[in-house]
Amino acid sequence: MFNYIIRRILIAIPILLGITIIDFLIVNMAPGNPVDMMVSPNVTGAALELKKAALGLNQPLYVQYWHWLVNILQLNFGYSMTTYQPVGDMLAQRIGPTMLLMGLSLIVGLLIAVPLGIVSATHQNSTLDYVATGGAFFGVSIPNFFLGLGLIYIFAVRLKVLPSSGMFTLGGNNGIADTAAHLVLPVIVLAVQIAGQDIRYVRSGMLEILGQDYLRTARAKGLKESVVINRHALRNALITIITVIGMQIPLLFGGAVITEQIFAWPGIGQLTIDSISGRDYPTLMAINLIAAVMVLAANLLTDIMYSVVDPRVKYN
Amino acid sequence: MAVAELKVPNAVNPGAPEPDTPDTLEFGAVQETYLHMVIRRFLKHKLAVAGVLVVLLLIVCALFAPAIAPHDPNAITNTFNAAPSAEYPLGTDRVGRDVLSRLIFGTRVSLTVGFLTVAISVVIGTVLGLISGYFGKAIDMLIMRICDIFMSFPQLMLILVVVSIVGPNTRNITLVLGLLGWPQVTRLVRGNVLSVKQSDYMKACTALGYHVPRKLFKHILPNTLAPILVNATFGIAGNILMEAGLSFLGLGVQPPTASWGNMLTDAQSLTILTSQPWLWVPPGVMIMLSVLAVNFVGDGLRDAIDPKSMS
Repeated sequence: MFNYIIRRILIAIPILLGITIIDFLIVNMAPGNPVDMMVSPNVTGAALELKKAALGLNQPLYVQYWHWLVNILQLNFGYSMTTYQPVGDMLAQRIGPTMLLMGLSLIVGLLIAVPLGIVSATHQNSTLDYVATGGAFFGVSIPNFFLGLGLIYIFAVRLKVLPSSGMFTLGGNNGIADTAAHLVLPVIVLAVQIAGQDIRYVRSGMLEILGQDYLRTARAKGLKESVVINRHALRNALITIITVIGMQIPLLFGGAVITEQIFAWPGIGQLTIDSISGRDYPTLMAINLIAAVMVLAANLLTDIMYSVVDPRVKYN
Repeated sequence: MAVAELKVPNAVNPGAPEPDTPDTLEFGAVQETYLHMVIRRFLKHKLAVAGVLVVLLLIVCALFAPAIAPHDPNAITNTFNAAPSAEYPLGTDRVGRDVLSRLIFGTRVSLTVGFLTVAISVVIGTVLGLISGYFGKAIDMLIMRICDIFMSFPQLMLILVVVSIVGPNTRNITLVLGLLGWPQVTRLVRGNVLSVKQSDYMKACTALGYHVPRKLFKHILPNTLAPILVNATFGIAGNILMEAGLSFLGLGVQPPTASWGNMLTDAQSLTILTSQPWLWVPPGVMIMLSVLAVNFVGDGLRDAIDPKSMS
């Protein structure tokens, strides 16, 4: 198994390199460069050329890529073109709130999806099954920004029970209870999206397990139905659940962009939108890179988890 | 993307060499064709049938938008921020345009973007998937790693960055969504090609000395069409949502062109959110309804096509 893990990591390295190349190339498609934005009547052409040379912008693309890559590997993401802060510092500030939001949403989403998915599989074609699968369809079909706006309208504007934006109340004590209240609505939005997708996966995964021979054997041995489900079926459902978690990571990032924008949640998603409107390419490059690396890491972890959970996974 | 991977086995092989297949079974019963079986099973799925009806209705709306819409969607009327009335059934927006007319014209944008983007992704993805699965070895390795690379980027984030660089407009978001959507299709097609390659009728093709293009396009492709179709349907739903999200953020369809997504942008302001729900609730409901309908169609197709699922 150790060899298997090493091999999976080795396969991930060229993918990681590819990610950096794509990230670099896409942002270099952008018209203009940092120096072009400094053009003004007070700056001479010669000074601009000098600045370009100093930033290495007149070198061939692959040389620029190499310099950028070396910097990235030292976790030096350059400077923001709008705030002039180091990009690394900006990301460090934002990553915490995003992780909090995404982590909680994932947990809540799974807490809804896993039991519902399992029960609707064991009680196929029951009322609960119809409600769960129907609800799942609504979950994936409702635009998250519409759901977000609707929740703000109901809970923040009409009922006035929950805050609609930010992470803390201005002038408040910045306590945990305050942040928790701010988390409720954005977490619901993301969790609905996650649950909608996962209920169907868990259900169909569980249905497949229920049709397996070893369950028939367990029943034939005269075991109680509860034992058959809880001891024999649920353990195997773990594989489906791991798949589902791994799948959610890239979708969570996308969902976080829109959700953070609506609820003014001070995370990576909001930073993405701000960077896009400010044409802050170094920041965008860093955000995309980090998101992609996290997705890659999640996929790697998923594969390793398979080999831990399922002894049948072959290591070749 | 609503559903990333679909398992649709190819138990029924419409493209297999079939010169000797009899039309009737041994006892004279007429054998049901594959297409008939799919249609029969699809029609049993009530929600899917309802989905088809809604989609047809939306297509009619899009095609005949100028005839159906009571007003010009971009014309400024003499009242703005008006509440729903007989003249303006869904009121007017802050510039004074008729909301209902904009909603009807928005159908065009959503459907066009949804269908076109998926068409682009499916063509690219199918060709690459066929190549990858059939030829294997180094080329398969290369194509699969490129898929891995593109699938590592969270889709919305990558799209946002590219769109912000190439400039947000309807044509660009269609191209970007289409050109970035192929890896899922490639993986799906490749997986199917790999399983079809093992089948006896492919061995027969080889034994008959068929050339590669004939094998690829006459025998392998027809056997992977069903899962591609299901995947494409879910893809349309996903891309309608994506377009709405991009337009909502101001990085998709640009005003004055009406899109359901950009009609919701204004609702980020608290006054519109609180006092003018007729501006943002209808487009939101329309997005949800159309995505739901397309998803139901996809679900029905999947159940109808999959011979293993219970009918």
